[in-house]
Amino acid sequence: MATKEYAFYPGCSSQKGASASNYLTSVNSMCKTLDIKLTEIPDWNCCGASIGYAEGGELPRHAMNARNLAMAERELPGQKVVATCAACWLSARETKERLDHNSTMRADANEALKEAGLEYQGKAEVMHMVEVLIEDFGYDELKKHVVKPLEGIKFAGYVGCQTNRPFGIDGESFENPVYLDKLVETMGGEAVKYDQKVTCCGGALAFSEPEKSQKQIKDIVESAYDHGAEMIVTPCPLCQANVEIYQGAVNKRYGTKFNIPVLYYSQLMTLAYGGSAKEAGLDGHLIKATKLEAFAAKK
Amino acid sequence: MSDLNAQAVAKYRNNFLKEVEACVEEGDWVKMCIQCGVCSGSCPFGPDWEHPPQELFMMIRAGKREEVLTSSSMWMCTSCYNCIVRCPREIPITHIMHGLANYAHRLGLAPKNQPTRHFSALFWNNIIKTGRVNELKLSLGLYFRDGFVSGIKVGLTMASVGLGMVMAKRLNPIELLKPHGCKDTKGIHAMLKKAREIEDRRKGLTAA
Repeated sequence: MATKEYAFYPGCSSQKGASASNYLTSVNSMCKTLDIKLTEIPDWNCCGASIGYAEGGELPRHAMNARNLAMAERELPGQKVVATCAACWLSARETKERLDHNSTMRADANEALKEAGLEYQGKAEVMHMVEVLIEDFGYDELKKHVVKPLEGIKFAGYVGCQTNRPFGIDGESFENPVYLDKLVETMGGEAVKYDQKVTCCGGALAFSEPEKSQKQIKDIVESAYDHGAEMIVTPCPLCQANVEIYQGAVNKRYGTKFNIPVLYYSQLMTLAYGGSAKEAGLDGHLIKATKLEAFAAKK
Repeated sequence: MSDLNAQAVAKYRNNFLKEVEACVEEGDWVKMCIQCGVCSGSCPFGPDWEHPPQELFMMIRAGKREEVLTSSSMWMCTSCYNCIVRCPREIPITHIMHGLANYAHRLGLAPKNQPTRHFSALFWNNIIKTGRVNELKLSLGLYFRDGFVSGIKVGLTMASVGLGMVMAKRLNPIELLKPHGCKDTKGIHAMLKKAREIEDRRKGLTAA
């Protein structure tokens, strides 16, 4: 039996052929080492993200999230729901908070859920994968499995927004959360200090307001470079995508020469745990993390 | 004026604050604002707001209905939640901005060509079809919003990114034909229809 079991909410971007599919690859490898068993919530649906608000309104968005939670309660009773995506985690937790504290909203959500044959009871706790790592395991436990420390590699821990605000991780400060830096250090890497750790990348507005968002992305990448980082590491699929994918556009707009890899914490952990480049999903990048590929190839 | 808008105007007359409290997500918090401006100073897109949140709150209290609901301001929200965690009154500002945008959108008052309004609706309609995001259709829908020719142009400027994503197995052309999705789409559609019905009834968004 696995050490710990969770009801897993992978989210749309983690699906095969989707923008964060390599995140899931690395999460699976990391969980294998830690003996974490993730069971997908059957037939889970999109959380609506933050950006769904114009058309989705309030209750329909809560209904979407409540459906996932109700399904987890029914099919995987007693298990905590764990999400790897910042938006999935935030939306699910927001819904849980709203339905648990507002009886009208809860009754309304349940009236809607009835149409899908479900009922929300508020039994399942909602966690982000980094909470599982930090709160359910702890840095000491995570360190025990390190066989190849990421010595001498400098990372800028980019926490971003939604894996930080408004819920926070492990009760840390919103202005200077340190969990990601600590994770990097636990894996033997070096976490550089820089000033754009919790800056917004523009989120979904990277699509609708590219100019404004690319200004944000420029600030983040520039600061990472200025403080000696060789790579950026993040817990959020949208931060990852935005900061990696738009470096070309930023270069064009600002005449910069950015080309810095953007990784997930789970990729670092997979490698430090002795995993291969493939197991870490290093093949899923537009800006290749060549230094890590070489690191992974080393015995 | 849309029927729903005329109806709301008739119902609340000059009391816009009351209308916001009844019809906007977390709207009953608006009166708690102490006008300190921390929210406005904390917003990543702050300089781009015609009226930053603190100003919107005062305008709501001053009954500036038209100016608030037709503003592009709340569409600048990136959902970063900086304002929420910094607000000394712990006002759920992000949610109120989403709520104002949603209300303005539903009343037909939001600016017509506001790009985030367009993207937000595109996103929601994309996800409810199968229950999950179709990233390819979402990108294409965004590129082609201004018509075919402009879509091809945007598509070309984004082609290297798109191709890179396909090569990295992070974008799959098959999604056009065989998308990811939930099994119980019927249940999801029925659930969402009911949810919308209830919400519209509660927020006065049904034609009398």
